Amino acid sequence: MTSSLNLWLIPVLPLAGAAINGLLGKRSSRTAVSIIGLFFSGAAFAWALSVAWRVSPAALPYPEYIAHWIRSGSFSADFALYLDQLSLIMLLVVTGVGFLIHIYSVGYMWDDPSYYRFFTYLNLFMFFMLTLVLANNYLLMFIGWEGVGLASYLLIGFWFTKDSAASAGKKAFIVNRIGDFGFLIGLFLIIQHFHSLNFTQVFEQVRPYTAEANGAGFLTAIGILLMVGACGKSAQIPLYVWLPDAMEGPTPVSALIHAATMVTAGVYMVSRSHMIFERAPIALTVVAVIGTLTALFAATIGITQTDIKKVLAYSTVSQLGYMFMACGVGAFSAGIFHLMTHAFFKGLLFLAAGSVIHAVGGEQDMRKMGGLRSYIPWTFLTMGIATLAIAGFPPFAGFWSKDEILWQAYSSPHGKVFWLIGLITAFITSFYMFRLLFMTFFGDYHGAQVDEHGHGSHGHGHDDHGHGEPHESPMVMLAPLMILALLSVIGGLVGIGNRFEHFLEPVFGSGVSEAAGEAASGFTEYLLMGISVVVALLGFGLAYLFYVSQPLLPQKIAASLNGFYTTILNKYYVDEIYAKLFVKPLLDGSTSILWQGVDRKVIDDTVNNAADGARHVSDEVRHMQSGNLRSYAGWIAAGSAVVIAYMIWMGVR
Amino acid sequence: MSVHLVLFLAFGVVCIAGAINLLAQTHPINSALSLIAVMAALAGEYLLLGAEFVAAVQVIVYAGAIMVLFVFVIMLLNAGVEDRTKGSRIAVLFGVPGMLGGSILIAWVMLHHSGTEAVAAGALPGDPRTLGQLLFHEFLLPFEITSVLILIAIMGAVVLASKPPSTPAAGLARKVD
Amino acid sequence: MVPLSYYLVLSGILFACGVAGFLIKRNIITIFMSIELMLNGVNLSFVAFAAHWHALAGQIFVFFVMVVAAAEAAVGLAIIIAVYRTRETLNVDQVNLLKL
Repeated sequence: MTSSLNLWLIPVLPLAGAAINGLLGKRSSRTAVSIIGLFFSGAAFAWALSVAWRVSPAALPYPEYIAHWIRSGSFSADFALYLDQLSLIMLLVVTGVGFLIHIYSVGYMWDDPSYYRFFTYLNLFMFFMLTLVLANNYLLMFIGWEGVGLASYLLIGFWFTKDSAASAGKKAFIVNRIGDFGFLIGLFLIIQHFHSLNFTQVFEQVRPYTAEANGAGFLTAIGILLMVGACGKSAQIPLYVWLPDAMEGPTPVSALIHAATMVTAGVYMVSRSHMIFERAPIALTVVAVIGTLTALFAATIGITQTDIKKVLAYSTVSQLGYMFMACGVGAFSAGIFHLMTHAFFKGLLFLAAGSVIHAVGGEQDMRKMGGLRSYIPWTFLTMGIATLAIAGFPPFAGFWSKDEILWQAYSSPHGKVFWLIGLITAFITSFYMFRLLFMTFFGDYHGAQVDEHGHGSHGHGHDDHGHGEPHESPMVMLAPLMILALLSVIGGLVGIGNRFEHFLEPVFGSGVSEAAGEAASGFTEYLLMGISVVVALLGFGLAYLFYVSQPLLPQKIAASLNGFYTTILNKYYVDEIYAKLFVKPLLDGSTSILWQGVDRKVIDDTVNNAADGARHVSDEVRHMQSGNLRSYAGWIAAGSAVVIAYMIWMGVR
Repeated sequence: MSVHLVLFLAFGVVCIAGAINLLAQTHPINSALSLIAVMAALAGEYLLLGAEFVAAVQVIVYAGAIMVLFVFVIMLLNAGVEDRTKGSRIAVLFGVPGMLGGSILIAWVMLHHSGTEAVAAGALPGDPRTLGQLLFHEFLLPFEITSVLILIAIMGAVVLASKPPSTPAAGLARKVD
Repeated sequence: MVPLSYYLVLSGILFACGVAGFLIKRNIITIFMSIELMLNGVNLSFVAFAAHWHALAGQIFVFFVMVVAAAEAAVGLAIIIAVYRTRETLNVDQVNLLKL
């Protein structure tokens, strides 16, 4: 056995940072807060690297027991950590990207009055996310799951004085809760059948089951319920509606939580539970269908959005759909691969978008941008790299992972439909990403001049050094961009020759992908790769046509497809439908039934009527004490008459 | 129709007539006098039952002392005729039938359910000798307690009925010595 | 020969008259006299039962009832005198300082 890796340090260090900043931050200087925040998250990253360096593959999976927690009859769950290849990758992604975003936030949030609070929440989020990733049982993972939901709520509503931000935070938490409900029922089923929530124990018991090919058994039920939870956390249909609203939070939050890490928790959970899903084909199909549909659906909405962050939000939903598609066809390692590359380029996209917003003084509407590439060249460069990555151009990271997913989909049984929809979505993705790039950085600048106290429509605290024209961000913000850009370039190369897959083999087994890989020929694989690249180029070309060479064309097309366009522009009215179907009846029901009916009538009235009743009774009874001697005499006589009558009756019987 | 029964009925009629008269009269002195008549008739009933000592005590104590006290107080306070109010009319309206009904009920129950064996006249001689022996042997404790009771009653009556002091200081002085 | 029940009926009638007077009359002294009437009725039933069951204890009890009645009459009349001094009336309805 290797010596103890002290894995527990990794989650606890950010927790310490959160505690220190939370308690002392208000009275500390910005520098002190930054140092604390950066130190603890950096230390977590450094420790994760050291763990990755020190641990030998033979020692994995590595359990680490911290403390005793629940022992209730035959059920027990402990504070214990579990390291295997899957959690190692997640660990490095979370701490690495997290640390970069901490650095970026120092620059982005510098002028915000609640600076310390931001870093407190950010560190708190890191703690919960790392708990989620390192947990060795579903219950501890659920704590992390809920905790990241809490951190997300706190950070989305960071500027809580703004109504829309506070509502967005609530919406995120509530919609997540709905997913968590399904997750919990799934956990209850697991406890009922396997009497444990410990990964090792559960999966050992699951192993002997064969795939329930016909009909739905309890494994299918568990799988679908776990997927419900994942839909909430990872913003899939029908629980994705919170993610676009979550853009109310500061951009580093969007980058960290809603692109790189938290939303990937659902993918991680599904991959962790692959043993269950592999034995429940119906559940797996459900996962694939949801993922694919979401990918296409969100991509279509992304075409019409004008807020730069909203485009990226829908793009995130769409890419998450890809990851679930991969899991759904059994290619869990491909899903994780895409998770990793997505963290790089989507994180980069968000951070760069933040840089753009910072440059134009808070404006987020792309129609008011344009031609920025001469003003902010570094941002343009990094964002361009990220766009190439997400569109799937080789040799950038996105190409390798997305293509792996499409290939696995194609070669899986009944998977060609998924492959086709995925391909169409790739085309749309390429189109709207390049649309974003062109609208922001090419053409003429349509924006307002950034003046001394320039505020756009989303004024933050960081734009009080306007110079009258868009300006580049400081180095502290640019450095993470460059590092992430580098990762977006080379990050995908680990996937060449199935190296990534082999790395994860101890976790997922050789499974579906190998078999599928041997079944089809190498030529098909290269052909499909080529098709993907062509599709990406088509997207690029169309975007170029619409937004660079013929800028009036989009308007004309939108006008001619008016009804269709408006529907997509309004996000298919999903929010409105939900409001009518669920929110309004719930609110009305609450008001009329629960508030007026139960709270007022039943509870309040019971108390009031009890008091009133007591008063009325005493009102009647007090007449006995009249101060009138004769009435006393009358009462005495009446009472004694009753007693005498009773005694007579008893005697007579 | 024995003599016993005739005497019983005679005394009984006097009792009841006196009782009803007590209710019917408005001036309290008339009520007091009819009550004296009732007590005398009751003494006769006691004699029929052979309780001669009780009969004597009834006449001496009840009719002779207590009723005299009542008459005394009535004279002292110069009580007048009761005035008729609305309340009194209602009371008569409801009370008389009520009392009648109650009496009939009691009579019916008694006659119906208790034994009809007769009590002989003078069945149980209550001569003073026997009573005295009983009183001072078995009932000694109640006897002594009632003597204390009488003492307390006397003291209480004297205090309550005494004239209130003309000035508070005089009352205080009285209490001190 | 007089049955026991006749005595009891007489006693009951006397008692009922006493209760009626107690409720109907407004003069305090008359109410007191009704109470005495009730006590007398009860005395009669005691003596009747004593004769019926050949137990002299009944007559002893009558003895004690008379003592108590005497004490009560004394004290009660003293109270009536005290009340008359302050209220100047013997009407029981007007002794109502405790009325709300």
